[in-house]
Amino acid sequence: MTSSSDPSLWEGFAAVIKRDLLLAFRRPGDILNPLFFFAMVSTLFPLAMGPDPEQLMAIGPGVVWVAALLSGLLSLNSLFLSDLEDGSLDQLILSPQPLPMLTFGKTIAHWLVSGFPLVIISPLIAITYQMPVQTIGVMVVTLTLGTISLSLLGSVGAALTVGLNRGNALLSLLVLPLAMPVLIFGARTVSLAATNDAVAAGIYFLAAYCMLSVSFAPFAAAAALKISNE
Amino acid sequence: MVGAKTLTELLSAEGLTVFRGERCLFHGLSFALTEGDSLLVQGQNGCGKTSLLRAIAGLLDLEEGNIRWKGKSIIKYRQDFHSEMVWFAHRVGFKNDLNLLENLSFETALRSTFAGRLDEVLDRLGLTALIELPLRVLSAGQQRRVALARMLLSSARLWLMDEPLTNLDAAGQVLVVEIILDHVRRGGVCVLASHQPIELDAAMQRIELL
Amino acid sequence: MWNFIQKLGSPPHFYGLAAKMIPWFAISGLLLIAYGTIAGLFFAPPDSKQGDAFRIIYAHVPAAYLSMMAYTIMAVTAGIGLIWRMKLAHAVAAAAAPLGAWFTFLALATGSIWGRPMWGTWWEWGDPRLTSELIMLFLYFGYMSLRAAIDDTAKADKASAVLVLVGAVNVPIIHFSVEWWSSLHQGPTLIKKGGPSIDAAMLYPLLGIILGFTLFFGALLLARIRTEVLHRERRTRWVRNMILGEST
Repeated sequence: MTSSSDPSLWEGFAAVIKRDLLLAFRRPGDILNPLFFFAMVSTLFPLAMGPDPEQLMAIGPGVVWVAALLSGLLSLNSLFLSDLEDGSLDQLILSPQPLPMLTFGKTIAHWLVSGFPLVIISPLIAITYQMPVQTIGVMVVTLTLGTISLSLLGSVGAALTVGLNRGNALLSLLVLPLAMPVLIFGARTVSLAATNDAVAAGIYFLAAYCMLSVSFAPFAAAAALKISNE
Repeated sequence: MVGAKTLTELLSAEGLTVFRGERCLFHGLSFALTEGDSLLVQGQNGCGKTSLLRAIAGLLDLEEGNIRWKGKSIIKYRQDFHSEMVWFAHRVGFKNDLNLLENLSFETALRSTFAGRLDEVLDRLGLTALIELPLRVLSAGQQRRVALARMLLSSARLWLMDEPLTNLDAAGQVLVVEIILDHVRRGGVCVLASHQPIELDAAMQRIELL
Repeated sequence: MWNFIQKLGSPPHFYGLAAKMIPWFAISGLLLIAYGTIAGLFFAPPDSKQGDAFRIIYAHVPAAYLSMMAYTIMAVTAGIGLIWRMKLAHAVAAAAAPLGAWFTFLALATGSIWGRPMWGTWWEWGDPRLTSELIMLFLYFGYMSLRAAIDDTAKADKASAVLVLVGAVNVPIIHFSVEWWSSLHQGPTLIKKGGPSIDAAMLYPLLGIILGFTLFFGALLLARIRTEVLHRERRTRWVRNMILGEST
């Protein structure tokens, strides 16, 4: 009986992404809830602070970014939880595939389901905040880079806290300090775009932070998963 | 025995010591398994059988001791070890929202499997009628059979099985023992943990945990 | 040499050694702090631009330096603990965390007090050094919370070690932030090309108090490690013998 050789790195990676996307579409709430949360949080600020257009335009970038951050944190808790509970995590850890590739795949799938939809609807939010049109392009670019970084950093936090009592609050506490630079540069860059100042530096910083996260987050998350799974 | 062919030692362990928090579960365990060997870890619930099995798999850190597959440390040569082993436990490790076929085809992307064997395996385990159903609607016993399908499809030499008889009816239990015997007779190695007695064959090694 | 390091990693040996080292560290530290305080507060000349307000440097700089030093110690010992599985290394990291958090808070507080007369504000949200130091305080909180949330000590050790290493990138950011970005905070005064740019009469008390605080931090850390070791090893024979031996 001939057996196939071990599947290649990319087969495993692609299979994990495909599986997680399939699971997300079987439970649409997983995709829609963070999206609704993002939209609703964005409406809280004009409700609380009044509809003055000048003020809205000034706080717009910040609000979109904070809402994206909070919405991301909300969805991170479930990244590894079901795998821990049904024993899939054991199987992933024990597969011949390198675990960092598998966690990276799961993180990408998570971003496609939670971060990417935010980026898509962010222009709508921007318009309600009277943000000038030239800022929207910059906002989409920075949000894309930022939400990818957030998913990656979040995967480390999720891996460290999966299965812990009240792990959700702890997850936010662990991820927020790491996410603060992204928030700062992301929101500021969009504000700079509104006044037609140079945005290149901010975008480069976000891209660099994103690349840094891609390089180490899968390995840290894999190490943390093995520890949490013991 | 004069003239006997020396078999390659596959799985060996020396001086295994595992702690659970502050409690020492077991201390100084050693064993060696060659092709066709099986090892039964017996003991009451809570005595550390699952921990021993998880330690052998590498899911749990050892306080002391080492485990080798084909002479190489399973920690340093993790990928090689994982290529040749497959894990069977109480939590079956499948997604409830996916159907049987989707779950099993995910397995083929994770590890090496016997090509073209799916229909035969499903038939043997009585699962052919269930392939389109989401795993959620299957009974515990049926889900266990799906986990057995994973073992049969994989080309791994080492089978680690934690409580293989649980949740199976009498026919199912007979089937499991048959399947394990087949594997072992073909030169595979099996380590089982069970609180129920299992009789494989006379050559089975045993460890009793207290 | 390797033998010495291995011996150091043995808890009972370290416990005894630390007990002997603490008085030396504490006394020398306190003496240097006394020198630095008196010389810095009373004998150093007032600054040409800030007058007497600059004297808070003698509290602020040691606190800031130690906040980063503590985190670095935690990161290094966490790495050693993870790679070489040394339990004592994890104990050092656990012991250092609350000390580091306190020094970070002190750095932020003294910095804020200094900022009021210098920059006209208690806090400047846009400043990269203030922000990254604040981030480090949150990293400390996260570390301590994660440890507290995990019951099994060995598991808590390993998980918090991963966390510390992930956050370690923040330490160089704090130091270099004043060079990389425009900041209200003044640039580096001591560790820079061309040597320190501060007057000698101000410099020596500053160096003295930095060293003094470092030694004192060392004493505090050793004391905390001893307690940590005692707690972790409470069921072992050497601890039991020690306690029973002492009580007879």
